[in-house]
Amino acid sequence: MSAIVTVTNLHKRFGSLVVLNGIDVTFEQGQITTIIGQSGTGKSVLFKNMIGILKPDRGEIWYRDTCVTRASEDELIELRRSFGYSFQGAALFDSMTVAENIAFPLREVLGIRDKREHSKRIAEMLEWIGLPGIESKYPVELSGGMRKRVGVARSLVTKPEVLLFDEPTTGLDPVLGETINDLVVRVNEELGLTCILITHDIQASFRISDRIAFLSDGVIAEEGTPQSVSKSEHPMVRKFIENSFSLLEV
Amino acid sequence: MGDGRTVPLYFAGSLSISRGRAKLCFVIVKWLIGGLEELGRFVLYWGITLRGIVRRPFRYWLILEQLESMGVKSVPIIALSSMAIGMIFALQMVSLLQPFQAEVITGMAVAVSMARELAPVITTLMLIAKNGSAMSAEIGTMKVTEQIDAMETMSVDPVHYLAVPRIIAAVIVFPVLTLLANVIGVVGSYVIGVLVMQVEGAAYLDQLFTGLLPIDVISGLIKAAVMGYIVALICTYQGFKTENGAQGVGNSSTTAVVTSSVAILVADYIMAALMMEWWF
Repeated sequence: MSAIVTVTNLHKRFGSLVVLNGIDVTFEQGQITTIIGQSGTGKSVLFKNMIGILKPDRGEIWYRDTCVTRASEDELIELRRSFGYSFQGAALFDSMTVAENIAFPLREVLGIRDKREHSKRIAEMLEWIGLPGIESKYPVELSGGMRKRVGVARSLVTKPEVLLFDEPTTGLDPVLGETINDLVVRVNEELGLTCILITHDIQASFRISDRIAFLSDGVIAEEGTPQSVSKSEHPMVRKFIENSFSLLEV
Repeated sequence: MGDGRTVPLYFAGSLSISRGRAKLCFVIVKWLIGGLEELGRFVLYWGITLRGIVRRPFRYWLILEQLESMGVKSVPIIALSSMAIGMIFALQMVSLLQPFQAEVITGMAVAVSMARELAPVITTLMLIAKNGSAMSAEIGTMKVTEQIDAMETMSVDPVHYLAVPRIIAAVIVFPVLTLLANVIGVVGSYVIGVLVMQVEGAAYLDQLFTGLLPIDVISGLIKAAVMGYIVALICTYQGFKTENGAQGVGNSSTTAVVTSSVAILVADYIMAALMMEWWF
């Protein structure tokens, strides 16, 4: 396994609020890594730094041999093609149909203008996520789980190498949540993508992840395989795990 | 002012002023700094949109979409409001000029007023209400539902994609609809002046075409284009500034409508003064 994204000593603050206070974490190629932590600890800020939407105050992020934090705007445009981003609320363009949503990155990112090529790729993507034939529907006509899957399809259509999932199961019932977790595993196993997740679904994260990183007080407080993290003595990690798994026992 | 107690202020050296005055000074300074910051952000946004207008890719289909929603779909409301203004203005003018037997100049008075001032201002105000608020709300909703973030993750510049087509369309649509408002306003004034108030038709039209000069119409169209630019700039800016969910979207739309309405009136006065100086 080789590192695909490396974060070194990353600092980010908004005004007087310190959000990231020296993050060091490495994401291995082809693995599923989950970042867990309390709300407001900067997990989404870390994602936005990774794709260059936010600039860190200090520290570096490397994608393979490219330094994201020192990349020019043109380099960032190229670099972002290697990343897909699945948003918490799917962030589908609500004025566009499902087909237009998926065609958007084809046209704007890959520069493909051929309508027949669009239709072919859209149909393939919808088939792959298990939602064929919904091309003409608008996001408002879809359920939460369907929207999230279409959001994943939109991220995948440009064939990125790394897919970032921002709280993929939040707001979904356990059954729908499980379908999204299955989708993450399929993305990783069938397409070979590196998946990085932010989630509060601790049980699922221990089940599907290769590695887990626990973000607390602006730093990675614990990192390792699910087995090693489950044995952590860090009080916040223990609290998270005990609360999550005691619920399972009930 | 204040409770009579005095506190030393570090910026006042050896001076001591009351706590109330210190608080007032602090509020004023904070307000001024906030205003300057806001102005700076707006100027920066202005620069980004200017660069966006000349930068590729040129998404002509988005401009066409905006021309349709801003222009074609606004024709009925512009026709209705300009017809009403022309009719009301004619009614007032005829009754005012009749004692002097000068009612034949009503057509000219309405046409010149419409061309120079009323048509661009009324058209712009109607378009602010219909399209300005919509621009702000659409972009604001996209902001709070992370659709703007989604564009950024795909390396699509949201200002270039969302604001620039709206700005270009506004600069085209506002003068076209102003021209329409001119024509319909004059027709409305003719209906009231000639058909209802029995002013002599040929003299009415003669005065109208003698008094109304091309420069009157052109100056109004220039004003409309500038106002369209200002409205689109302010309303899209307010959209991108939106925060805090549905309430924030509502606040942005309100601010966009109020700010752009005031801005176009100020701009209108400045343009009118300059045009008076140079052309009329």
